[in-house]
Amino acid sequence: MIDFELTEHDQEILAEVRRQALICRQYARHHDENEAEFVPEELPEAKDFTNPYSLMATRGENDAPLGIMAMLIAAGSAWGDYSVRMREDSGGLGNAALAAAGTLEQIERWKGKRLAMAITEPSCGSDSKAIQTSAVLDGEEWVINGEKIFVTTGCRADGVVVWATLDKSAGRGGIKSFIIFKGTPGFEVTHKEKKLGIRADDTAAMVFRDCRIPRDHLLGLKESIPKKGAGGFRGVMKTFNNTRPFVAAVGLGMAQAALDFTRDVLTQEGGEINWDVGKHSRSAVQQELIEIEADIEAAMLNVLHASWLGGNRQPNNLEASISKAKGGEIARTATSRCLELLGGLGITRDYLAEKWFRDARITDIYEGTGQIQYLIIAREILEYRSAELS
Amino acid sequence: MISFGPTEEQELVRETLREFAASELREAARVSDEAGAVPAELLDKTWELGLISGAIPTEFGGDGTERSPVTNAIILEELSHGCASLAVAALAPGLFVQPLVDFGTEQQKADYLPLFTTSKFHVASLALHEPSFAFDLTNLKTFAEVKGEGYELSGHKRLVPMGDRASHFLVVARGGTREGLDDLEAFIVPRDAPGLRIGPEPEKTMGLRSLPFSKLELDRVAVPEAARLGGPDGIDGRRLINSCRLGSATLALGLSRAVMEIALPYAKQRVAFGKPIAQKQTIAFMLADMAIELNSMRWLIWKAASQLERGLDATRATTLAQTYTNRESMKIADNGVQIFGGHGYIRDYPVEMWYRNARTLTVLDGLCAL
Repeated sequence: MIDFELTEHDQEILAEVRRQALICRQYARHHDENEAEFVPEELPEAKDFTNPYSLMATRGENDAPLGIMAMLIAAGSAWGDYSVRMREDSGGLGNAALAAAGTLEQIERWKGKRLAMAITEPSCGSDSKAIQTSAVLDGEEWVINGEKIFVTTGCRADGVVVWATLDKSAGRGGIKSFIIFKGTPGFEVTHKEKKLGIRADDTAAMVFRDCRIPRDHLLGLKESIPKKGAGGFRGVMKTFNNTRPFVAAVGLGMAQAALDFTRDVLTQEGGEINWDVGKHSRSAVQQELIEIEADIEAAMLNVLHASWLGGNRQPNNLEASISKAKGGEIARTATSRCLELLGGLGITRDYLAEKWFRDARITDIYEGTGQIQYLIIAREILEYRSAELS
Repeated sequence: MISFGPTEEQELVRETLREFAASELREAARVSDEAGAVPAELLDKTWELGLISGAIPTEFGGDGTERSPVTNAIILEELSHGCASLAVAALAPGLFVQPLVDFGTEQQKADYLPLFTTSKFHVASLALHEPSFAFDLTNLKTFAEVKGEGYELSGHKRLVPMGDRASHFLVVARGGTREGLDDLEAFIVPRDAPGLRIGPEPEKTMGLRSLPFSKLELDRVAVPEAARLGGPDGIDGRRLINSCRLGSATLALGLSRAVMEIALPYAKQRVAFGKPIAQKQTIAFMLADMAIELNSMRWLIWKAASQLERGLDATRATTLAQTYTNRESMKIADNGVQIFGGHGYIRDYPVEMWYRNARTLTVLDGLCAL
């Protein structure tokens, strides 16, 4: 049955998320201005935080599916501050890759490790099939060589899921994911990036020089290279069907924070939005606030839809990209439009609005840029292969 | 529980109406638009689907299907996908029947609902819009003045769907006792009521041309106390308006899907500079945008409709859905014309008609009630 209501139990969990988010928000400015100091575990209050997921051990019949709750929790946390994400026990993108592509034994063995994901290289971003990092089997070990950049949480993670190619001539089919842990000889984190926003989030560059790892550190253990067009790459890309809605949710949490702040301060200075009247009877500013709210709501519903499909084990490649394209666009534009409504005071660092604007900008870039999402969506609906539309 | 899944029954309704809309409404759309008239046999054929009598409780001779704004949204999207103009014409009786079911007293239901359980199309309509460029539902100029045992209604109405043949009108007026949308009242006025003048000619409109709209003039129209919908309690004006606003938004959604479904194959088949224009990002991305916005609009509409279904105040959700749909459906219709290029401007293709219809649906409430 089509429905959008949360149960009381769901709302209690989200209220707890919001309570924690507000506490984290008190530290948001400090971590933005002092990025080197950021150690998420050291928030004084963090030790008393209840993990919202622990509140979902028992679920009532009408409670929202877990995947939906994960999206609402992501948005709710980011509403406090982006850095809240860094506290999460669920780890990084690498954990999502492990869950999607690992064998059951691998998932069990590396449970509880915090795993980052290393895909991008200095000369390739969205065009991931062009990656140069190589993996060569030597006896019972893989030898990894290459350089990775823009690795989210790469400094703090226990290990990294690394995309490397077994055979460059095989294109996408030759690309495999390997788990490499910190301390492995030949693996070095070389650099932490300085960024426009999400400064508390560590973004690492790393190199692998004749880095040797056990043979069973290949995710999924499938060593053979599928024939071209056999869809071997699809399995790898499936990871993104879970992570794309998630990062969209994070961006939309920030957009919602900016909207709530903007509406609150403007209401104090200029009167409430009257939802009853027609638009001739509203100010342009009130109408714009409604437009922004509609955009955020639409984008968030697309996130929930993609997640709902995934939870029902239905294909959601198209919908995951829709949620990311829309979410990225709205995270970017809603925070910008809020700054426009706030005028000069909004750009001072006295308030978080300018930070939300900088932080949210990443949403339309990482996990596949908005343009890449449009390509995926267009190919899906037009039934084109990448050679037909690129 | 949050779910995007229609029930099996809703899926079945959707399939049935999709076929009906494609074979009947779409087929008749262009000819009716050019003729400026709805084929009477089409109204009877749509009537036979039982969409109107389904809304009427069994004790008044209807089929008593459970009242579901969400199901109605699914129905309306499909019919509008065939043709928005004919969908409004065929469902116009719902503009009278649904408020009566929702708010009517037992006596009002007994008096009027049986009119709509006949085997042939019977229509009554809703008179909402007024002749003001800054028309605002919270500032209606139609008033009901207490006179003796009843009321006297005075005011002007415009763009009343199917006004040329409606047996009764539900005239929406300001009560003057409450605030905002809560102040709305509705009165049942028969076509032959003294003082009611119905424009002799249908209004001439840019869009929804096959749908006859009427002007009404109410000059101290006397109605009894029993004509006030809902009796002494009146109506839930907020619910009535949200239902109507969502109706327009859903019509725009169905139309938008029609645009995309015709633009996409056209773009794959139309060759320019040696390859299909769909293989160029500038066109492919327009189509991707349509896919994104169709989903966005549908979820916003479903969310608001599900709040109506739960009996909640859906004003905020409805405003968000309509604000968003007005903007995005217009963009889709616009890009539909653009993808067809010069052909998009020619009346051999439907996109120019949908462009006119989209602009009409996105400025006009009171065409259809969810």
